[in-house]
Amino acid sequence: MLNYLINGISLGSVYAIIALGYTMVYGIAKMLNFAHGDVIMVGGYISFCATSYLGLPVIPSVLLSIFVCTVLGIVIERLAYKPLRAATSLAVLITAIGVSYFLQNAALLIWSSNPKAYPNMVALPPLVIGNTQISAVSLVTIIACIVIMVALTLFTNKTKMGKAMRAVSEDKDAAQLMGINVNATISLTFAIGSGLAAVAGVLLCSAYPTLMPTTGAMPGIKAFTAAVFGGIGSIPGAMLGGILLGIIEIFGKAYISTQLSDAIVFSVLILILLVKPTGLLGRKISEKV
Amino acid sequence: MKKLSKSARSSFINYGIVLVFFLIFQIMLSLGRLSSSLSGQLIPICTYVIMALSLNLVVGISGELSLGHAGFMSVGAFCGVIMATCMQNVIGASWLRLILSIAAGALCAAAAGTIIGVPVLRLRGDYLAIVTLAFGEIIKNILNCLYVGVDGHGLHVSMKDAVSLGMEADGITIINGPMGALGIKKLSTFVSAVILVLIVLFIIQNLVNSRSGRAIKAIRDNRIAAESCGINVMKYKMMAFVVSAAMAGAAGALYALNYSTVVPKKFDFNTSILILVFVVLGGIGNLRGSMIAAAVLTVLPEMLRQFQDYRMLIYAVVLILVMILTNNCNAKDAMIRVKDAVLRRNRSQEADK
Amino acid sequence: MKKKLLAMLLATAMVCSVTACGGDSAGTADNSADAGETTETTDDAATTDDAAAADDGAADDAAADATGSGSLTGTLKLGVIGPLTGAAALYGNAVDSGSAIAVEEINAISSDFQIELNSQDDEHDAEKSVNAYNNLKDWGAQAIIGCVTTTPCVAVASEANADRMFMLTPSASATDVTKGKDNVYQLCFSDPNQGSASAQYISDNGLAEKVAVIYNNSDAYSTGIYQTFQTAAESLGMDVVSVTTFTDDTANDFSVQLTEAQNAGADLIFLPIYYTPASLIMQQAASMSYDVKFFGVDGMDGILSLEGFDTSLAEGVMLLTPFSADATDDKTVSFVGKYQTANGEIPSQFAADGYDCAYAMYAALTYYADKNGGFNVDGVSYQDLCEILISVFSDPSFSVDGITGEGMTWTAAGEVNKAPKAVVIKDGAYAGL
Repeated sequence: MLNYLINGISLGSVYAIIALGYTMVYGIAKMLNFAHGDVIMVGGYISFCATSYLGLPVIPSVLLSIFVCTVLGIVIERLAYKPLRAATSLAVLITAIGVSYFLQNAALLIWSSNPKAYPNMVALPPLVIGNTQISAVSLVTIIACIVIMVALTLFTNKTKMGKAMRAVSEDKDAAQLMGINVNATISLTFAIGSGLAAVAGVLLCSAYPTLMPTTGAMPGIKAFTAAVFGGIGSIPGAMLGGILLGIIEIFGKAYISTQLSDAIVFSVLILILLVKPTGLLGRKISEKV
Repeated sequence: MKKLSKSARSSFINYGIVLVFFLIFQIMLSLGRLSSSLSGQLIPICTYVIMALSLNLVVGISGELSLGHAGFMSVGAFCGVIMATCMQNVIGASWLRLILSIAAGALCAAAAGTIIGVPVLRLRGDYLAIVTLAFGEIIKNILNCLYVGVDGHGLHVSMKDAVSLGMEADGITIINGPMGALGIKKLSTFVSAVILVLIVLFIIQNLVNSRSGRAIKAIRDNRIAAESCGINVMKYKMMAFVVSAAMAGAAGALYALNYSTVVPKKFDFNTSILILVFVVLGGIGNLRGSMIAAAVLTVLPEMLRQFQDYRMLIYAVVLILVMILTNNCNAKDAMIRVKDAVLRRNRSQEADK
Repeated sequence: MKKKLLAMLLATAMVCSVTACGGDSAGTADNSADAGETTETTDDAATTDDAAAADDGAADDAAADATGSGSLTGTLKLGVIGPLTGAAALYGNAVDSGSAIAVEEINAISSDFQIELNSQDDEHDAEKSVNAYNNLKDWGAQAIIGCVTTTPCVAVASEANADRMFMLTPSASATDVTKGKDNVYQLCFSDPNQGSASAQYISDNGLAEKVAVIYNNSDAYSTGIYQTFQTAAESLGMDVVSVTTFTDDTANDFSVQLTEAQNAGADLIFLPIYYTPASLIMQQAASMSYDVKFFGVDGMDGILSLEGFDTSLAEGVMLLTPFSADATDDKTVSFVGKYQTANGEIPSQFAADGYDCAYAMYAALTYYADKNGGFNVDGVSYQDLCEILISVFSDPSFSVDGITGEGMTWTAAGEVNKAPKAVVIKDGAYAGL
């Protein structure tokens, strides 16, 4: 029982860290960035190459991967999303899917289709309490999650840039009238989101160490689910949603059926959304008449 | 022609496009001028056209983002296959079996649409989208564990494995879990596929231009205003959703009966997204656009085969570029300017004559 | 008005492209050089002809055959269908590269007989696979190596059966691939073969008291083997204590499945799955300090060449596989060397299957040429070639020595006869049992 709980939390923390990036971009740019999962995959490959081929130590290779992903995020935003600023959100969604196909197939050409076994970036002994043990990767992931969540919350609430972000998310036009550079703010959001994706990539691959061009796709969708679960756009919600999703998945597998585990996760999600239609911590949208 | 309203004229143009498409290919097919590659894609093209049309009813006309449309397709596909297999020795005429299978697929998908629609349509926006996605995944997951067989005693269903179906020796396993349905007898033909497209087009166009259709569009444009005019929001939303699901089911049956095998994995999130791409690219709410986009985007990856490894990469780039060109304000302006210039020149040429 | 104009433009564009396409395909029937992914080895083959044939260990026996009484001439157009993109791309690409190496070797034997190879992507999808097959037909393919994966193979096989196109699948192992189709042959073991052989092996050698199974229930290959394993295990009286599953979507966390196996006291876990999830299972079992034996099937092969994988985790893993990359016979060594130079990776069983498929086709044609005093494949329709190949493959005296098995013969039903080799991983390498 306790073991399952711990496994659930460690799986959930991986979802949570991906969901944080999703929810960040959604909250400000109001778009579902389906390419987020693939940026995670790129982050994984960059850090893999940095350690395995360039022989860099862990911290520099993670930093390198964050840097590359941030740049990638900005480039994607410039080329693919920025021209569609005035278009409907569905048009941007489809473009994001195009970007996702592009990244997956580019990765296939660059790194080949053969999977790579990811080196353990967190080579620390597990934490043993009684007869249960928590692996170091899970601990680091959970800690990273909390740190990122707190940092993001502080950033959006306390700094000038963060305030600009919140203003943009409330009302783009009004923000522009107040002298906020909307384009720059959205670009910054993508930069932060992609940087987070790199961290998520490293932690995802450390926890489940196989790396393929399609590695990011499914965790991306799961994390999107987690973000909606917690109330999309809400930073603590993403974390809560991710961890709950992990726990539900593990418990569903352990106590109901391994065959139907996906069905169980998604059924719980639907039930919760029926009770709380904007997710666990989502804001109630008041309707203007 | 003048008596026809604008919408009726537009409807007839749509039928015309489908018929012209049918005639061109049918003539080429009978002359043997069509490559195997294209003739093999005719039925999938029709299937995707139906899928795009039906999704457009939900996304474009009713204004709800659905990410689980492939789920209905799979329900239709597997019900259609079960029907076709059961009727194999009962009904001789293959066209009748095909009609029955498509009807069964449509009915089952409509039932699934009703069950799913009740909770889903209470939600809004992205939350609705995620719940449709969730239902799509649930359907896929359940079908992965579903075993159906038929023998002298009728249908056997199990959620465990093929052995526990407990069939007699002459029984046929119709659906074998993740292996899907195997050994399907091909029933779909190009003619039947085109007829189905026309029927779907007929239903949607009549629905859209009817009183109900206007109510659905009113809800899309302003739910609260529509509600205050006494429109039953839930009823009309359900109408669009269930009709759309039924048509997706019919498309699924048509699709499944074109191949000797069909697996639940085929109808995953990616397929739902693909259909959404057709709808968005063709223009949300624009039926003709959906049809053309579905046909072009189905053929495009096959035409890109000469680029070998770079095929899907180019497909992605084309997708992004088309989205930007059709949705970016500057690009749009440029296109309008080019068009005006062309029109002006034509006009001046006519004037010269 | 604007929309209408755009729609008309698009429609005309589509019609034009369609007619253009139709025109093209009529053209390509005569002029094959421009279409598809052709391995242009014809030119180099002419120059390196003598040298290559002389020092090429793997091609030696075949070369001897070719110079026999009736020689084989002409150019064979061979199509390959497999997933070259998407989640299953690793299997398709391996088969593609493996068969390309074989074709290069065959083309170097004699300039009289050449093979032109054309690989088409099916994205591991039945619909795309049929499209790829039709595309190959337009190109003028005379026989097909494929499909690599099971579901697409079933779909293409029924098309090919109706068209009378010969198919030799390197790795689609389900019985439904060949069932009722006389033109489809398998080079790999069929699922029942593997499932029951595994059960037999575990029970004969008393490897375990209690057995657990973890399989992928969203995958036809894995479920197929599990079902036959289960049947065989029951009839052998084996104690299967835990059966758990995962899907492609949940293939990262196996803690629940492993805990259940551990709680049930299983001392051996049977993994009828591919090596990518298997490597995760081993890793997680190790981190749970659950000491258990693993038994795999041919999909497990490749685990040792997984880049960056800690091979010590796979220590003691037993698997049934027809191929091991570190076998020391000349053929395997030569193939592995070439594959590594070309792709920078150690070949998996899929690559070896692709390699053997191309050689089996070649051997079949040489065999036929020998018997009939020469055979020119130029201009032979795929229907005719299909009947010829069926007659050879179903001939019990026709056998092929490949790197995935010595003396492979085929039954008329299309299944291969070869001995499954059980190997154990010892010190990071395969060792025979």
